[in-house]
Amino acid sequence: MPNMDPRKTPAVERDPNIRNKDFLEVSLGYTTAEMAINEANRCLNCKNKPCVSGCPVGVRIPEFIKAVSEGEFQKAYEIISSTNALPAVCGRVCPQESQCEKYCVRGIKGESVGIGRLERFVADWARENGLDKKKKPSSLGKKVAVIGSGPSGLTVAAELSEKGYSVTVFEAFHTAGGVLVYGIPEFRLPKAIVKNEVEKLKEMGAEIKTNMVIGKCMSIDELIEDGFEAVFIGTGAGLPRFMGIEGEALVGVYSANEYLTRINLCKAYLEESDTPILKSKAVAVVGGGNVAMDAARCAKRIGAEKVYIVYRRGEKEMPARLEEVHHAKEEGIEFLMLTNPVRLLGDESGRVRAMECVKMELGAPDESGRQSVSEIKGSNFELEVDTAIMSIGTSPNPLIRTTTPGLETNRRGCFIVNEETMKTSRDKVYAGGDTVTGAATVILAMGAGKKAANAIDEYLKNNQ
Amino acid sequence: MYKILEKKQLNENVFLMEIAAPHVARKVLPGQFIIFRVNENGERVPLTVSDYNREKGSITIICQAVGKSTRLLASLEKGDSILDIAGPLGMPTELEGHKKVAVIGGGVGCAIAYPQAKMLSFIGAKVDMIAGFRNRDIVILEEEMRAVSDNLYITTDDGSYGEKGFVTTKLLSLIESGENYDLVIAIGPVPMMRAVAEATRPFGIKTIVSLNPIMIDGTGMCGGCRVTVGGEIKFACVDGPDFDGHKVDFSELMSRNATYRNIEKEKDEHFCKIRGDKNA
Repeated sequence: MPNMDPRKTPAVERDPNIRNKDFLEVSLGYTTAEMAINEANRCLNCKNKPCVSGCPVGVRIPEFIKAVSEGEFQKAYEIISSTNALPAVCGRVCPQESQCEKYCVRGIKGESVGIGRLERFVADWARENGLDKKKKPSSLGKKVAVIGSGPSGLTVAAELSEKGYSVTVFEAFHTAGGVLVYGIPEFRLPKAIVKNEVEKLKEMGAEIKTNMVIGKCMSIDELIEDGFEAVFIGTGAGLPRFMGIEGEALVGVYSANEYLTRINLCKAYLEESDTPILKSKAVAVVGGGNVAMDAARCAKRIGAEKVYIVYRRGEKEMPARLEEVHHAKEEGIEFLMLTNPVRLLGDESGRVRAMECVKMELGAPDESGRQSVSEIKGSNFELEVDTAIMSIGTSPNPLIRTTTPGLETNRRGCFIVNEETMKTSRDKVYAGGDTVTGAATVILAMGAGKKAANAIDEYLKNNQ
Repeated sequence: MYKILEKKQLNENVFLMEIAAPHVARKVLPGQFIIFRVNENGERVPLTVSDYNREKGSITIICQAVGKSTRLLASLEKGDSILDIAGPLGMPTELEGHKKVAVIGGGVGCAIAYPQAKMLSFIGAKVDMIAGFRNRDIVILEEEMRAVSDNLYITTDDGSYGEKGFVTTKLLSLIESGENYDLVIAIGPVPMMRAVAEATRPFGIKTIVSLNPIMIDGTGMCGGCRVTVGGEIKFACVDGPDFDGHKVDFSELMSRNATYRNIEKEKDEHFCKIRGDKNA
């Protein structure tokens, strides 16, 4: 009999006033098999599987949930991992409410099945029991280069390694994982999980080369000359945007990328780390995405008394995952909606002392259906902050674009690809993730990686 | 791991290291930099490459021990290894097409000015070098600089060696005596680069400066190295580190470079205390 409780089985979460002072994981997920089975029993196992249509990598959701409901966790893991290379990551960071769970029939009268929580439970169970390893396949003797070790690159590397290709992953940073290590904080995605995924890749025969800035130390053409038969570019979103307002060069103004990299990759919050970060009393984070939530919650954790999210539209327009907004509020982050910065004011030492803001109002929807937003004249006010973090998007990185002849980009500078194969305008060269779409989500990047891996496999199979 | 092949002390605080880094050595050009990290807890530190040997797969860096990370590097010896080197980063200096160039180095900046002068001589430009130091004791690379320039002028603030005065005094006297430079390259402390840019501005001589803003990734991701050049935001890691000295907002750069001064002083003092250095 299905469990007809209209609500999800709650996940175990740490006390907001304790967790907002450390970097340990916020959500502990389902901590017992009973909790997972109880939630799995809420799935109606619909024949037409609407949830699967919402998943960019096509996880066979009802099948794995059925296995969970039967206590067959290993089987559930095998079902998930046959289509998803990073389930422990996706279970934690996917915006399920706008993907699989959005289409869940149980969501019509109540809450959808906790698909993300179940995916995480299964992936964690497999890892903790050492059952998440895959056998190293026999080598096909064909070399593929993957540039960037973020979600799209790791997916391509995993899919192709499993098929027997010799994959080399080139990472610019000193640690593999891309945005999973420099961007998403420890309290949302423990780095040990990312490390485990990277180790699994190595066990399957992939080679990871860190400190390799492709476009600088080697070009795409040199990789091909070196015998790589296909190249995948997954270099991420690129340079942070700033607003272009007065005072953005003051001390204490960060891009979210810099703030998060100092904290997450370089561990600036630990005594033993040599990477510095400014101590703040009051912080304003400008933006409404997941990155803004991460920056705000990090600022709180390293000791800021007041942390604000400043967003020019309303709360329901914010692109962040619901859970992140909810967690941020619980942790004491204050949300200033329909508010936009006008300029930053500095003190005599050149450090930020305040952000002048203006109130905004929503107007009629434009052609895309998104409501326009305009300033309310005369509503300016000063918000006292000593740190401002800009989290308003990125523009593509130029390193590969400017060093690879014949690689076409759109007017924003993103690589142009065939949407089915992720092939670029150059033979043998594929691209996916934020470097194609502009800043998006982990799972969309993984979906692109999966498509690219399939297309590369097809191409190399037919190109003996 | 990247092995230290040679180490040489150039003055009390400045040292030279030749390090095996084939992925950098095969491509690096004058003006480009690396980011190094000594150990697992180490900071990512940008440093301009001062020489390279493509056959040997090695690069040479010249570094002044001024804070914890550079002191940590300085504490290593030949045969030791450092954990990470990424590079070559940034755009190479545009040296082609100039007939007569004044290359100006200030203090440890001479380590970066030197390869520029070397390349310029190699491609056939006439090169005058002006190398400024506080005093005689810290003069570095004199023989090397002399070998790659038509004229080398050394200045010291206190007159203890070469000519007394600043590099700008010498530069102005050369310009006024009729030297027709079509390019000036200035590399050194920010106030020196600003002073050189101000000195050449009235003469309209193109002046390139090499900037050293705070940086984390060095590949165009974090935006920490943003500088204002001609009223626009530029990123030193991908757009620079060389910029038109007449357009750079130097005061902003100096202010931003002081962001972590207090934190770094604490970390450095702590490090020196542990090691029992006399600098503590």
